[in-house]
Amino acid sequence: MSQATLSHKRPLGLTILITAFIVVWVILAAFPFFWTVWGSFKVEPDFFSRESWWNAIFGVYTQRQNDGSAFTGSGYYGAWVTREFWRAVGNTAIVTVSVTVISLTLGTLGGYALARSGQRYAFWILILALVFRAMPHITLVSGYLLPFFQLNIWGVLPTSIIVLVAINQPFTLWMLHSFFLSIPKDLDESAMVDGCSRFEAFRRVIIPVMWPGVVTTGLFSFLLAYNDFAVTSMLLSADNQTMVPKISSFLGSVQEQGNVMFAVAAVVSATVPLFILVLFFQRQIVSGLTAGAVKG
Amino acid sequence: MPHKTFFAFILPSLIAMALFIALPIVSVVVQSFHVEHGRILVEVESCQPFGGCTKETRVDTAAMAELKAEQPMGQFNGFGTYLNRGHLAVNEIGAILANNTGFGDIVTRIYNLPFYKALSFTLVFCFVVTPLAMALGFAIALAVNTLPKVTKGPVIFFSLLPMIITPLIGSLILYWMIQPNGIIGATLRHVFNDPTLSLRQSPALTWFSLLFYGVWTNAPFSFVVFYAGLQTVPADTLESAMIDGASRWERIRYIVIPHLAPLATFVALVQLMDNFRVFEPIVGFSAEANATSLSWMIFNDLAGDAQLFGSAGATSVLTIIGVVILLTPVLIRTWREFNHKVV
Repeated sequence: MSQATLSHKRPLGLTILITAFIVVWVILAAFPFFWTVWGSFKVEPDFFSRESWWNAIFGVYTQRQNDGSAFTGSGYYGAWVTREFWRAVGNTAIVTVSVTVISLTLGTLGGYALARSGQRYAFWILILALVFRAMPHITLVSGYLLPFFQLNIWGVLPTSIIVLVAINQPFTLWMLHSFFLSIPKDLDESAMVDGCSRFEAFRRVIIPVMWPGVVTTGLFSFLLAYNDFAVTSMLLSADNQTMVPKISSFLGSVQEQGNVMFAVAAVVSATVPLFILVLFFQRQIVSGLTAGAVKG
Repeated sequence: MPHKTFFAFILPSLIAMALFIALPIVSVVVQSFHVEHGRILVEVESCQPFGGCTKETRVDTAAMAELKAEQPMGQFNGFGTYLNRGHLAVNEIGAILANNTGFGDIVTRIYNLPFYKALSFTLVFCFVVTPLAMALGFAIALAVNTLPKVTKGPVIFFSLLPMIITPLIGSLILYWMIQPNGIIGATLRHVFNDPTLSLRQSPALTWFSLLFYGVWTNAPFSFVVFYAGLQTVPADTLESAMIDGASRWERIRYIVIPHLAPLATFVALVQLMDNFRVFEPIVGFSAEANATSLSWMIFNDLAGDAQLFGSAGATSVLTIIGVVILLTPVLIRTWREFNHKVV
């Protein structure tokens, strides 16, 4: 697009309008996060101030309770140590890493087969996956509970992991299917002409070139497992909870005890990994979102 | 690719989907036709040496446990759960239609039935948030496209945050800000000079804040997709339009928008699917008194002490039917395109 020529002719009023719009949007998008991070180092009467929200900025009560210091880590101490949030963090790490690794392993194999098949049933599998992708997770959860109680596998991490892997499959298949379509067929077919079996061709020729697509898909698998609330809150026992259901179970009890700051600190702790993820993988996230769109 | 190799590659994935997506759907359907066992009552006579005898009715826990072990699903109920007050409420609607004081009365009374209350919020959320978020995303994409390269990166970074954030956490962050003692809530009180103003108290304001959250968290996705689409708008078409004297607005209206139309269909489809399962914001905003959704109803049935599997199953089946209705146009179109390609 010939932006350079267009932008020269843009009237000043329009430029101001555009800039103002962008500034408003960026504030809208980012301010809630910065505000909450800032507020998590205050005490409750400051962050949830009944007098004036300037208290949250200057930390009037925080100073009074902390010998003059305007910042306090008591919310974090309460969440991580007193309420054992570190346990939930560990569980989240186990769940997200396992879900990502397993769904990518199954997904690359399946996506590769779908991309190379060209049969009618491959198309039907993709359509079925699209329908499965649309199922609200909580409807599936209501189907799991009774059988899982009966089989006595409710409440443990492996059950949730395998369920999240399955829920993730439709999306992973679609994404990797369209990625493998973009790898030329000749590549693996010439390997097969040279005497490789299909699987050997996949291992020796496709695996070395598939990493960009796998990383992008992996990011979204990670996000699905990390952001899930419906599955993990219903399928994990209290001891095995991951971060998000843990925070939701915080809410009820800490509000009564006047420890809302524990929940605020936990929320900020759970946000930090996502910040880092976007910081390092912004390009992959953007390309992943558009890959599905441009092809679909 | 030979059939055998194909299935060798895809089998693990298919098994996972069959076991944990297809089978649960069957299980939900079966569950929805069953209902919890009634309580087994026994009459116990307790006699005291001097007080005489008294008769008491108690729940026979031993017999209940035995029955539950025998038939964990509960007893067969047919379509009973679907038609009861908590779901389609056929009798109640019949009564309302037979005896009412006008159209407004019908609407309010039907809205007060739990299923229709949840359904109306779910549909409003779907069909208000999706177009608004797409419009906002398109506007952001147009604006970002005019920025110099240095500022594009950071703007995209901040724009991604509302989308990438865990829904429950994102809604909690906003909820804490709009509370009366949070920054936005307090400012609104100040601006409208109304010390009792609270976004939680009135249903209309609760709906408004949930819809606002929806647009906030959905807009970045449209933005990213449309922004990528803008990079592929053919430059020579734009230039020839300029030579022909098309204004800025006309270029957007007649070249950019038609070029992005296929992308818009895709975005609309994905966002409708995702918004139909709206659930976490209701938990995060503690909005269940004023706004519920289908997913929230299922969660509520399952989360209580007495887990109502039958009721949750029926709502789930109705939700799945909703999803299928939502998807039908897309499925028909894909089917036609596929046949077209083959022929």
